[in-house]
Amino acid sequence: MPVNIKQLAQEFDKKEIGITQGHRLCPGCGAPITVKFVMMIARHLGYEPVVGLATGCLEVSTTIYPYTAWSVPYIHNAFENVAATMSGVETAYRALKNKGKIPEDKKYAFIAFGGDGGTYDIGLQSLSGKIERGHKVLYVLYDNEGYMNTGNQRSSSTPPGSDTTTAPVGKKLPGKVQLKKNIVEIVAAHENVYAATAALSEPMDFFAKVEKALNFDGPSFLAVFSPCVRFWRVNDDKTVEISKLAVETKYWPLYEVERGVYRVTRKPRQFKPVEEFLKAQGRFRRLLSRPDAKEIIDELQEYVDRRWERLLALEEVTKDKPIR
Amino acid sequence: MERVVERVAVTGAEAVANAMRQIEPDVVAAYPITPQTPIVEYFARFVADGVVRTEMIPVESEHSAMSAVVGAAAAGARAMTATSANGLALMHEIVYIAASYRLPIVMPVVNRALSGPINIHCDHSDAMAERDSGWIQLFAETNQEAYDFTILAVRLAEHPDVRLPVMVNLDGFILSHGVEPVEFYPDDLVKKFVGELKPMYPLLDTEHPVTWGPLDLYDYYFEHKRQQIEAMENVKKVFPEIAREFEETFGRRYWFVEPYKLDDAEHVMVALGSTNSTIKYVIDELREEGHKVGALKIWMFRPFPKEQLQELLNGRKSVIVLDRAVSFGAEAPLYEAVKSSLYEVAARPSLGSYVYGLGGRDIKPEHIRKAFEDAINGNLIADEQRYLGLRE
Repeated sequence: MPVNIKQLAQEFDKKEIGITQGHRLCPGCGAPITVKFVMMIARHLGYEPVVGLATGCLEVSTTIYPYTAWSVPYIHNAFENVAATMSGVETAYRALKNKGKIPEDKKYAFIAFGGDGGTYDIGLQSLSGKIERGHKVLYVLYDNEGYMNTGNQRSSSTPPGSDTTTAPVGKKLPGKVQLKKNIVEIVAAHENVYAATAALSEPMDFFAKVEKALNFDGPSFLAVFSPCVRFWRVNDDKTVEISKLAVETKYWPLYEVERGVYRVTRKPRQFKPVEEFLKAQGRFRRLLSRPDAKEIIDELQEYVDRRWERLLALEEVTKDKPIR
Repeated sequence: MERVVERVAVTGAEAVANAMRQIEPDVVAAYPITPQTPIVEYFARFVADGVVRTEMIPVESEHSAMSAVVGAAAAGARAMTATSANGLALMHEIVYIAASYRLPIVMPVVNRALSGPINIHCDHSDAMAERDSGWIQLFAETNQEAYDFTILAVRLAEHPDVRLPVMVNLDGFILSHGVEPVEFYPDDLVKKFVGELKPMYPLLDTEHPVTWGPLDLYDYYFEHKRQQIEAMENVKKVFPEIAREFEETFGRRYWFVEPYKLDDAEHVMVALGSTNSTIKYVIDELREEGHKVGALKIWMFRPFPKEQLQELLNGRKSVIVLDRAVSFGAEAPLYEAVKSSLYEVAARPSLGSYVYGLGGRDIKPEHIRKAFEDAINGNLIADEQRYLGLRE
C-alpha cells in the first residue's frame, strides 16, 4: 500500500516522530533527513521504534549528554557493533514476549542506523551475523562515502578520485584508487533479506522501501545516499540536488532485492554523464585538475554503465524467482 | 522448599551450564572457544530440548556476543554469555561498556592463557587483562564454587546498589574439564534465590524512552566514573548480605576470602583459583611436620578485599603470593595488590612473589613446598620475582 502523503504530513506535523529539533548536525546533512524519513514511516505504520546507533556523526551530534534529540528508546554501544547490539535487543523482545512480559499487541520496529565506516568496514562482520541469524531489524546505512565524523578519511565506500585525508589527491596518487565497495550486493547475497537503495531526492521511492523493509518478515537493509556538505564541499542547500544527480548519472541506482529478486525502482529516460556528479562537488576538484582525470572519470563511467546493464539483466532473470 | 541436594560427578563446564539452566536467563549469546566451549554446548542442548525458555544467539564472534548481551540487558532481559582468553580479549572494548552502562550481566570466564604464541591451557592472563574494566571478579577453586558463584553472581550483579556485571572465573581444563562431585540444589530453590530481574530503564519501555550510551564529554564523564567507583565500593557492603542469604538457602558460606588453618599461621600463602586445593594439601603435610603454615584464598579479586587482607595478614611472619599471570615490567598482579594492601598494616610480614603455571604448566606439591620452605627459612625477598616449575 503506497503511503498516503496527506496522512504523512499530519504525522510530520506532530514532530513526535522520534528525533526532535535541537540536534547539532550540520545544516544540509543527509543523516537527519534519512532518520526523519524512516521514523515518519515507522510512526505512520503504527510501529513503536527502538533505535540503535553506531558511533558516528549522527550519534555524536544527537546525544551530547545531558541532552538527547531522541524521544524514542535509543542505544549506542560502539562503532562496529550496532547490528549485534540490536540483535540482542530484538532477541530480548522475543524472549520477554514468549514469557508474557511484553504486551502481545505492541508493534515494535527495531531500527539500527550506521554510517558507511560502521557498515562497509568495521561493522561488516556484525552486520553479516545479524542478517544470517535472521533478526527482524531494519538496518539503515547513511552513506556519506567516508569517515566524515573524524574529518574526511577514506572508507571502502569512498569513490575513486575523492580527496580524503588518508587517501589524498597528491603529486603521485590520484586520491583513492579503488572503486566503491558494493554493499547492497554483499547484503543481498545473504539471500534471506530485503535490501534496497534510496536517495533523499526520491522521497516516494524512499517511503515505499521503508514500508516494505519494516513489513518484511526478516532482516532488512536500506542504503541511503547521504551527502556530507562539509567534506564533499557543497553548499548546504545542495543535498537534494546532489542526490538527484547521483541517481541521474547511474552513480546511485535505485533498486531493491527481495530474497534474490531484483527490481530497479527508478529508470530515468535519459542519463547524465557521471562527470557532472563529480564536477558538482569540491571533493573531486583536485582530481579534475589532474592530467589523468579523464582516465579515472572514464573508469567510473564504464563501471556505472556496466553495473546498470547488469542490474537490468538481473531484474529480468530473477523476476518472480525468489532464491529462498 | 526442601533442601534436597543432588550430588553428582560433573565437569566444571557442566556444573556452570546447569547453574545457567536453573537461572534460565532470558537471553544467552555465545561463541565457542576452548576451553569454554562445553558450557555453551551444554546450554545449547538445554535450549534445543526445551528445558529452558531462553533465547540463544549463536553469534559470529565474541565481540558480537558481548555486544548482543549489552543490547539484551539494556532492553530489560536477564542476559548471560561465557568465554575464555582470546574471546575475552576480543570482547574487551564492550566489556568496559557493559560495566559503564551498569548492566547486570553474568559471565563465566574459563581462564586460559592469552596468546601468543597460541596456547589453550590455563592461566589468569585473560582475567587480569580485564582487571580494570569495572567488572566484579570472582575466582572459583572447585567445580562446586564455580556452580555456586554463577548462581550467587546473579544476585550480586542485579542488586540495586551494585548493578555491575560479574565474571565468574574458573580454571581452564583443570576445572572446566575436570570431574568433581558437585551438589546441585533443587531448581525451584535456585529460581527462588535468584528471583525476577527488575530492569532499570529498559529500552523496551517505549512509554518512558531513555538514551543509553550518549556522548559523554569532559563536563560529565568524570562524575559518571565516580558513580561507577561507588557502585564497586557498594559490593563490599552488599556481598556479605547476599552470601548470608546464600548460606541460609543452600548451606554454603562464601566471603571475600577463605582462610585455611590461618589462626596461628606464621607463614601464609595467597593465591587464586584451583591451585588453592594443592596449597591446602601441602599445608596439611607441613602442619604434620610441625610448621605453622596457612593459606588465604582470594574468592573476590575485584573489588579487592583489602580490609580483610589487612586484618588477617597483619603481624604474620611471611606472606607468599602465587600468581598465574605476569605484568611485564612490573610486579605480578595479585602480588602487587597484596603488597600494596600490606603497606598500611602495623606489623608488615616479609613478602615473596612466585609466578607459576603459565600456559597450563603443572603446579605440583613440591613447588608449593619449596615456596613455603623459602618462607620458613627466612629466605624471601620482596623485590625478587621467583618462578615455580620453570626450567632455567
